[in-house]
Amino acid sequence: MAEHPVGQGTIALQQCHSRHASVSNDTRHDGSSGTYLPVEGCFIMATVTFDHATRIYPGTERPAVDALNLHIEDGEFLVLVGPSGCGKSTSLRMLAGLEDVNGGHIFIGERDVTDVQPKDRDIAMVFQNYALYPHMSVADNMGFALKIAGTPKAEIRQRVEEAAKILDLTEYLDRKPKALSGGQRQRVAMGRAIVRQPQVFLMDEPLSNLDAKLRVQTRTQIASLQRRLGVTTVYVTHDQTEALTMGDRIAVLNAGILQQVGTPREMYDKPANVFVAGFIGSPAMNIGTFTVTNGSVQVGAATLPIDRTIASNLDSNRVTLGFRPESLDVVDASTAGAFHVEVNLVEELGSDAYVYGSLKDDVATDLHAGSTDQLIVRINPRHVPEKGEIISVAIKPGQQHVFSATSGERLS
Amino acid sequence: MKPQNLQITAAAPDPALLDLPWDVPLEDWPSEVLAALPRGISRHIVRFVRLSGRVIAIKEIGESVAYREYELLRQLRRIDVPSVVPLGVITGRRSPTGEPLEAVLVTEHLQFSLPYRALFSQALRPDTATRLIDALAVLLVRLHLVGFYWGDVSLSNTLFRRDADRFSAYLVDAETGDLHRQLSPKQRAYDLDLARTNIIGELMDLAAGELLDEDTDEIGIGDALVSRYTELWDALTVAEAFAGDERWRVAARIEQLNNLGFDVDELEITTDIDGTTVRIQPKVVDAGHHSRRLLRLTGLDVQQNQARRLLNDLDSYRAAMDRQNDEEEFVAHDWLRTVFEPTITAVPRDLRRKLEPAQLFHEILDHRWFVSERAKRDVSLPEATASYVENVLRHRPDEKALLGLAPGEVQDETELGPRGAGDELYG
Repeated sequence: MAEHPVGQGTIALQQCHSRHASVSNDTRHDGSSGTYLPVEGCFIMATVTFDHATRIYPGTERPAVDALNLHIEDGEFLVLVGPSGCGKSTSLRMLAGLEDVNGGHIFIGERDVTDVQPKDRDIAMVFQNYALYPHMSVADNMGFALKIAGTPKAEIRQRVEEAAKILDLTEYLDRKPKALSGGQRQRVAMGRAIVRQPQVFLMDEPLSNLDAKLRVQTRTQIASLQRRLGVTTVYVTHDQTEALTMGDRIAVLNAGILQQVGTPREMYDKPANVFVAGFIGSPAMNIGTFTVTNGSVQVGAATLPIDRTIASNLDSNRVTLGFRPESLDVVDASTAGAFHVEVNLVEELGSDAYVYGSLKDDVATDLHAGSTDQLIVRINPRHVPEKGEIISVAIKPGQQHVFSATSGERLS
Repeated sequence: MKPQNLQITAAAPDPALLDLPWDVPLEDWPSEVLAALPRGISRHIVRFVRLSGRVIAIKEIGESVAYREYELLRQLRRIDVPSVVPLGVITGRRSPTGEPLEAVLVTEHLQFSLPYRALFSQALRPDTATRLIDALAVLLVRLHLVGFYWGDVSLSNTLFRRDADRFSAYLVDAETGDLHRQLSPKQRAYDLDLARTNIIGELMDLAAGELLDEDTDEIGIGDALVSRYTELWDALTVAEAFAGDERWRVAARIEQLNNLGFDVDELEITTDIDGTTVRIQPKVVDAGHHSRRLLRLTGLDVQQNQARRLLNDLDSYRAAMDRQNDEEEFVAHDWLRTVFEPTITAVPRDLRRKLEPAQLFHEILDHRWFVSERAKRDVSLPEATASYVENVLRHRPDEKALLGLAPGEVQDETELGPRGAGDELYG
């Protein structure tokens, strides 16, 4: 059956302040295109604040989460991202009440929830349970938790219908889950959280269990659904692509410490330190540490000047330089600022192609990009060099990132 | 055909694993290799396969999740938590066209285990639900005692085995679990709340499928789990204080824990300075009190309540033989040789495999009581055994490898078709 992409078209969800306010029946779904007319929803909105929140596991010295300060706006989609063990899931579980907070506080709205029981925090872990019950209708699958909580039947039906509209499941409500496709089943699981009308949605690597195809499909659905509902959402992932494509803002963590918070664009264009620079972006940024001589660094054959104010304020004679694969232009060998790269491998992705190569005339730098010690250059896929060929590249003006070689902090 | 580059991670890999069609998505495995289709509800594709005389369960799941669950299940085995035995993880699967296929986690099917759906779809004693909930409460308490947060407690993530007149519960799915040094009260409360919600949901599902008695109170059963869990947790962990001259209460507390089936490995006793008040709190308790005692006496390795039942019979044997003053080990040896073993061997071999020996013995004892009462005389054990075989066991389903089907239910051929038939897997 056809999958309607959720959330095409513009939706303005009107907030209402009464939890059980009635929902007008003015939504029409144009089944052919998957677009919607505005729905009047009612979700109580809330900010989330981590105030010097710290978690230290018993028997360890280094905090798993170290004095986290983070303010998440009403209705915002915030992604916590970082490598394994960085403290992202711990932070989420602190918010959920599943980890003790050893220092600082956590607020949902104005309310200090640091010591509140998980089930009294008015949050929903989405996809916590996405096994569907085969004998129950789709509507009952979505609403059973409300039934357990003693919510009146009419209200359950109303909330379920409201969620079904948003999820494009209205026509399936009275059918059994068997009739649904994989993507629709994922949406029923989201519906379970939606009908509870929590203040905050929490999602901890919800896509890690899905196969690649369903992962991409569900990613899009979650992101657009969140925007339509406007419920404050905290989402944890180790995948920076997922973070960039889904979040309003991204918070990068490493070793329990918040590295940077910002929009995907800010994180990409102005990484606050070497860690963020190397973590955000795929393929990864080329990063190397160079000796500064007479205000310039030597990258292969090229002598590249460092901004004068930066050069004069360095705390050592070395500097870390970063440039993204797409910040390089393939140029004529004689161009000023050009350095030369021997092509080891070309990765063709259709719309793009990347050269993985070695810097020629190298003066013992540690140039690397992510986990590879090669230099990565984005090139025109219509003009692909041969393996072994030497190409000349230059950094586009203003597209180099300069970091302190000692602290890793951004200087440019 | 592009070759696959299979990676098998296993403690003791069975070479026969290599013969399975790993280049085919699990969903499309031919019926010849399948033992049965599972009927539970799972978010992943699961298949049961016969391999080297046993049944294994194969679950398709993301690679990192598979390794994680494998390790977690191994840890749970090591610390003696009733759970399924992980056999290995297989990665690097490819279809003949070179398309990568999902990794799989392989576990051993738990012999004589009963999925809750099978239990509910039989006409069973009305208190089945209560007994299942009791078993699950014990399992959850045991998991929480060792610091395991389950994250998705449910009846379908649990398998049940008959354990004398009760059930024992085993953890099947550890995908969402986490092993901590110790769980906080909030973590336990949340896990328990999830368990309650899931169980009520599962029972409502059975009700919707008309597989549950109409009078069943689903919410009441879910609430019963919470109260059973809380009772047991408190009995096992709560500190009590009493006057210094009431020291008998130390022994009483230990006996109370033994009766609940737990041994006390570490009991913290503190007194105030002048010794007028004593405070005790169990610090380390260990399930399996009766099982361990029976194992020590007889070498029989059985579940908790079966052990209790066998030990009771051993005690009455000792009294009947007037051997109270003999070494317990010697009496146990004689009981094993002259009572237990002859009873089991008296059951025809082809019927004997339907139940575990200890369960068989328990049921024969029950049957003996029943026929004795009806005959208004003491029926001998051999006589009771013969009657049990003819009147009960012969009509019982084989429960050695009941793979999600209700007893007596015929495997529908169409269910072994590629997909979509019957009670397939959702989610």
